[in-house]
Parts: sequence; structure tokens; C-alpha cells
Amino acid sequence: MITRDKLEKAWEFSVEKLVVLAGLASIVFVILIFTFLVKEGWRTFVVVGLKDFLLGRQWHPISSPPAFGILPMIGGSLAVTLGATVLSVPFGLISAFYVAEVASPRAKEVLKTGIELLAAIPSVVIGFVGMVVVAPLVRDVFHLNTGQTALTGCLMLSLMAMPTIVSIAEDALTAVPKRYKEAALALGATHWEYLYRVCLRAAAPGLLAAVMLGIGRVIGETMTVMMVTGNSAQIPHTLLQPVRTMTATIAAEMGETVQGSEHYAALFAIGMVLFAATFAVNFLADAFLHRAEAAER
Amino acid sequence: MNSTLKQRIAFGAMALTTIVVLVPVFLILGTIVRHGAGALSWQFLTTAPTNGMREGGLFPAIVGTLCLVVGAVVFAVPVGVFAAIWLNEYARETLLTRLVRLAIINLAGVPSVVYGLFGMGLFVIFLNFGSSILAGSLTLAIMNLPVIITASREALKAVPQPFREVSLSLGVSRWQTIRHIVLPNAIPGILTGIILEVSRAAGETAPILFTVAAFYLPGLPKSVFSQVMALPSHLFAISTQIPNISLQTRYGTALVLLVLVLGVNSFAIILRAKLRRARKW
Amino acid sequence: MPPNPNPDTHNQQPPKFEIQQLAVSYSGKLALKPFDLTLLRHEIFAIIGPANSGKSTFLRTLNRMIDLTPQAKATGRVLLDGEDLLCMRDVEKLRRRIGIVFALPLPLPLSIFENVAYGPRRLHTVPKSELPEVVERSLTEAFLWEEVKDRLDEPALNLSGGQQQRLCLARTLAVRPEVLMLDEPCSGLDPISTGQVESALQELKKDYTIILVTNLVAQAGRCSDRTAFFLMGELVEVGETDKVFTEPRDQRTEDYLTGRFG
Repeated sequence: MITRDKLEKAWEFSVEKLVVLAGLASIVFVILIFTFLVKEGWRTFVVVGLKDFLLGRQWHPISSPPAFGILPMIGGSLAVTLGATVLSVPFGLISAFYVAEVASPRAKEVLKTGIELLAAIPSVVIGFVGMVVVAPLVRDVFHLNTGQTALTGCLMLSLMAMPTIVSIAEDALTAVPKRYKEAALALGATHWEYLYRVCLRAAAPGLLAAVMLGIGRVIGETMTVMMVTGNSAQIPHTLLQPVRTMTATIAAEMGETVQGSEHYAALFAIGMVLFAATFAVNFLADAFLHRAEAAER
Repeated sequence: MNSTLKQRIAFGAMALTTIVVLVPVFLILGTIVRHGAGALSWQFLTTAPTNGMREGGLFPAIVGTLCLVVGAVVFAVPVGVFAAIWLNEYARETLLTRLVRLAIINLAGVPSVVYGLFGMGLFVIFLNFGSSILAGSLTLAIMNLPVIITASREALKAVPQPFREVSLSLGVSRWQTIRHIVLPNAIPGILTGIILEVSRAAGETAPILFTVAAFYLPGLPKSVFSQVMALPSHLFAISTQIPNISLQTRYGTALVLLVLVLGVNSFAIILRAKLRRARKW
Repeated sequence: MPPNPNPDTHNQQPPKFEIQQLAVSYSGKLALKPFDLTLLRHEIFAIIGPANSGKSTFLRTLNRMIDLTPQAKATGRVLLDGEDLLCMRDVEKLRRRIGIVFALPLPLPLSIFENVAYGPRRLHTVPKSELPEVVERSLTEAFLWEEVKDRLDEPALNLSGGQQQRLCLARTLAVRPEVLMLDEPCSGLDPISTGQVESALQELKKDYTIILVTNLVAQAGRCSDRTAFFLMGELVEVGETDKVFTEPRDQRTEDYLTGRFG
């Protein structure tokens, strides 16, 4: 006979299993993403070979014979990423220090809200503003033919990296034990001296993680770069020329490929490279965050 | 220079830096409002585009975005909340939980265009859903799973451990404890996570380009297997693919998307602040 | 000299608990060294000792709450009415039989009524229609009914510390356990509230087996029938309270009782 007790026990048992499945779903999805990228993209490496793919300077996917070298796109992604990092890291970290340590509680609320709102702006909107406002500005200031340049990309992408850097760095700074500050002040240091002598060192792993996650965000950005960096698949020599990033290549050309063609596979291969790159960056960032946590215990 | 003066200068510079970080927010908002407000009208929001999208309104795109958002929430929330419950309430710290948390971090870091490729490969092609709301929602759901899990975990962690101990010590089962004590007190935080997911799902372009987005589909979707227009892809299309659309129309589209996303986001921020204050313990 | 586990003659019924070589360790480190002990029905059994003696560990072992601590391991046998509770699979049923009141008042974020009704509601021990009756009875047994009978729907957090603690007692009583464990129930309470809790215990002794862990040596002296003294994880001495207090067998017991260490 099915008693209420037995029913509840059965329900309890099912829930216990369901939650495990839900938890494992994340691992399953990561594996699935990797699997599908490889499934469609590995053929490229048979045709081209990994070295020629990564270091080849010619990207002519639809000529015959086609050329699948993505070095220009790697160059484009690197140029834009480095530039955005150079811009966003100093501003981002300093702001994080200010928000976490110096700002009054009310100012802190306002600032954090502002940063959250910046983070929430969709990438296509930032790309749009970059396209209609910033690119013409860049063009005029530097007397170029077009404002669609790597520099414009760096500027707009730094807007997207900064909120990530600020919020994670701010978490790292808030996690620094209060007793460090109390000890430093008791020894006669000013708040500022505490910040750059003690706090910085104590929060360093977390700050590094923040920077890496910011970089990870920038490498993966698609829409903004598509709209402001132009579309020239050439290795960039300066920031004032158009570039193509890996992400933009996929997004721009996927619509034109035939499913199952070599071009199609090559785009998935670029996806594999991106996946590997962001996986590595996130793995490192997580390792740093873990070190930060362990150091506190 | 004495140390107090040094500190004042340093803090002043820091304040300025922070302001520099925030100025773009206002500039972007301001520019879009200024140039886009003129395009706004009842017609703009409620009619379909005509004349190859040069005239008419955004209605199908708004509807499409809403469908995608609802789908993303429906698929991501049950999985995400239950995963958070597993991590916080049931699981012991093992290699498996570390792997799961690593997987979540990685899902959060995968580029949006790679999600587009994945969604296309799995849902559109392999499972044969075709370019559809179903494919797009599932892709967006997986993309936003980390947001839900993280917010839910925070919400669950915030429920004090003693409540669980009291319930368990009375002989109440673990799931009953979660259902009647932990979850009700965590729902506000979970809700905040859901609202954040909504704002992100509404604004993403790359994942939907290959999985659902149509550029010119003036009708409304007929089923979950239909393609739809969506606001972000629409803005992209009229900015880069279609010439001769008035600048004001483009700004107006950007404005509608921005208001939608920032509005939802602000709602989440306010809700979170209110809930923190209303805490019953 | 090992303590005498045999039941004293004043109580003829079979013992409620028979503890045989119970030892508890956390990650390999012994928190409770192996010991034997018998607990009788309808007695107030006090456990005294300084901090970190293993008193709370002992309580948490009896209701299997140490299961929640993954690094904890218990060996030996603990017989509850003849059945080894360390091997029991239905832990929830065990916890219904052994109730606990914690040191800090821990009302759930619910109304007064809902706090007391929580156990019976979740465990379906009582039909919904009888809940008000059960709530009133439990609050009366905890000496709290008169003070809250007109405001049962108010949040439990509105009550004072002493009232909250009695509420927790009522909440535990509402599921009708057989054993009542109290872990330093009066820490943080004023003398009047403490007196009320102690009066409640004397009444409850008629129906329950009561285990009272307390840091207040005098409280043990006032309330209990038998007392055990734990020190650094070891059961040093156990016996009738009067005897333990006036003629302690172990020097350490005497030192603790006279306040030479705390």
C-alpha cells in the first residue's frame, strides 16, 4: 500500500537525483560546446594543418584554391585586446580602489550602480555608438580615410572591460581582512599608504583575476568590433588601420557559407581557437581567485 | 610633502579616474536619447517595418525579443536553481563540485559568437529545430545559466545555517527544509538573478544571429519553430546591412533596446536593494 | 578509574539510553574518547564541563546531527530503547524522538504560531484542524502561553530573548519527542527567564527524559538528578548529583566544581 510516508520518501529520493543532474548539466554543456566545435571544425586541420592555420597570413576562404591562414585575425584580436586592456586596466583598478576603500557609503552606492549600468549596455548599442560617434571622431582627429580602426575598437571595448574589472577587483579588495587595515593604521600609516603598500599586495591575486576576466571578455566580444573596426583581414601595423578579429570573422562570414563546406569548417575551427583561448584565460583567472581565497584562510 | 597632502592628492586623482569611467555611461545614454527620442512614437513601437525596413516600426522585433527572453528564462531557471541547490545544500566538497564550478566559470566566459556556432550546430542542425525561437531560446538559456546559478547560490548562502539546523533537528527532511525554509527566503535573490538574465538575453546579438534571427519578417511568429526578428539583431542589420535608413530611426531603435535593457536592469538593482533592507532576520 | 555505568537504584525502569564505548572524532582527531554511559527515563541528566569538553558533540551524536559534518566519525554503540541509533537509517524518525533546544534562541522567520506549528505541519503528525490545540499545549508546557496567547500571529522575532528561548522549547515539544536535549539553554538569559526555563524542566521531567548541558555548575546542582562531568573529551565522572557535588570521586571533578579552573 502506498502510504503518504512512502510517497514522500520517493519524492525526496527523486529530488536528490534531480539536483545532481542539474549540477552536472554545466559540465555536460561545456563538453557539448567543445564537441560540436570539434565535430564541424576539425576537418580544417586536415586540410590546412594546425601550424599553417594559426600562422598563415592569407585568409581567402572562397578563392580556389582557398587559403585558411588566420594570423591576421589573431593579430586583429590581439591588437584590439591589448589596446583595450592598456586603457581599461589602470582606470578599472584605480576606480575599484576608490569605490572599495575611499568612497563614502552613499557615493559607493551611486558609483556601483553606474558601473552596473555600464556593464548592462548591450554590445550592439556600444558598437552602434562607436560607429556613428566615435569612428568619425577618430577619423577627423587622425586625418584618416575611415574611422573604422583598431583604435576605435580599443576605445569601445575598454568601455566593456572596465565594469568587469572594477566589479571583480572591488570584490577582491572588500575581501581583504579588516585587521590588515587596522594594524597598518595603528602603526601610523595613512589610509593611502595602507592602500598602496599593504592592500594592493594582499588583494593582488584577486586583482590579477579581475584583469584576466576583463581580457577574457574583450577577446570574446563580437558585435562591437564588427561595427567599428572595419573588415580588413590584414595583419595590423598600427592601431589606426582597420582590422578583423576572430570573432568578427565568424559572425560576418557564417551567413555566406555553405553548410559542410571547407569555409564553414574553417569558421568552426576559429571557434575552437577562441574557445581554447577563453578557456585558458578563465582557468587561470579561477586559479588566481582560488589562491586569493586560500590565502585568506 | 607630508603624507596627509599626498593622500589628498592621491584620493583626488582616484576620484577623477572613477568619474572618467562613468562619464561614458552618461554620454552614451545622452547621445542616444537626444538623437533617438524623435523617432519614438506609438506607431514606432506597435507597427511592423515596411518599405524594406526604412519605414514603419519595431513591433515584430519587440515581440521576438520577448519570446526569446521568455524561452531563455523557462529553460535556464529550473536547471540553474536546482544546480545551485545541489551545490549549496546537498553536495559535499569533492572534485566533482570543483569541476562543476569550473564548468560554470567557463560557460560564463565562452564568447557569444561561439555560443552562436554551438547553438547552430546543436539545435538548428543536429536536432533539426531549424532557425527558430526554440533554438535561439535554448542557446540563450545555456549562455545565461551561470548568471542564474551564481545569483541563486548567493541567495541560498544568505539564508543563515541555523535555520536549516533547527528544521533538521525537528526531524524534517532535507528537501522539506529547503522547500519551506530555505527557498522561500532565497526567492528574492533568485528573482534578482532571473531579472538580470532577462536583461542580458534581451541584449545579446551574436548567439541569435545564426539560431533564430531574421532580418525582415514583418509578421508575428506562428510557433516555437518560427524565426523572429529581435531588437539587437535588428539594430545591427539597419546599421550595417541596409543602407539609407535614417539616422534617427537607427538611434530610435537603439533607444528602445537601451531603455528595455537598462530598465530591466535598474529594476533588478532596486529590487535587490529593497530586499536587503527588508530582511526578516 | 572508569565511571560506573550501572543505573542507580532510584529508578526501576529499563534505561532510555545505553551508550557503549562511544567515541567521536573529527578528521581523525578524537573529540570524545571512548566511554560507557546509561541514561534513565524521566530524569534530568546534567552534563557539565569547560568549553571544548565534547558536551555539544555528545548531544549532536545522539540526534545524528553530526551527520551534517562530513569529517565527523562516531564509533561504538548508542542504544535507544535497545536499538543502536548510530546504525539507524531513518534519521528523520530518530530526530523526531530526540528533540533539542540550542544555546542561542533561534526562532524561524515566521510568526509565533507558525514557529510552534512548524514541526507538526511538516511531519504531518497532527491534522490541520488540531494545530491550534497543539500549539496552545506546547506553549503552555513551555510556560509561554499566557504571554503570547493574544499575539500568535506576530513575528517571533518580536519576542524578548527569554521568550524566544521558551518558544524554541515549545517548538521542540510540539512534535512530542521522547527525549529532550538542552544545550546551554539559559546562556544569554536573565535570571528570571532562566528560572522560568528551569521550572518548565521540572514539570517536563514527568513525561520526558531530559539531558541538560550547562556551563553553569550551580544550575546543574539545582535542577538535575544525575550529573556527568566531561573534561577535554573524556567522561571523568558520573553519578547522582548530590553525591558528585559533595563527594566527587575524581580530583579533577572537585577542582572544576570549586572553580579552580573554568
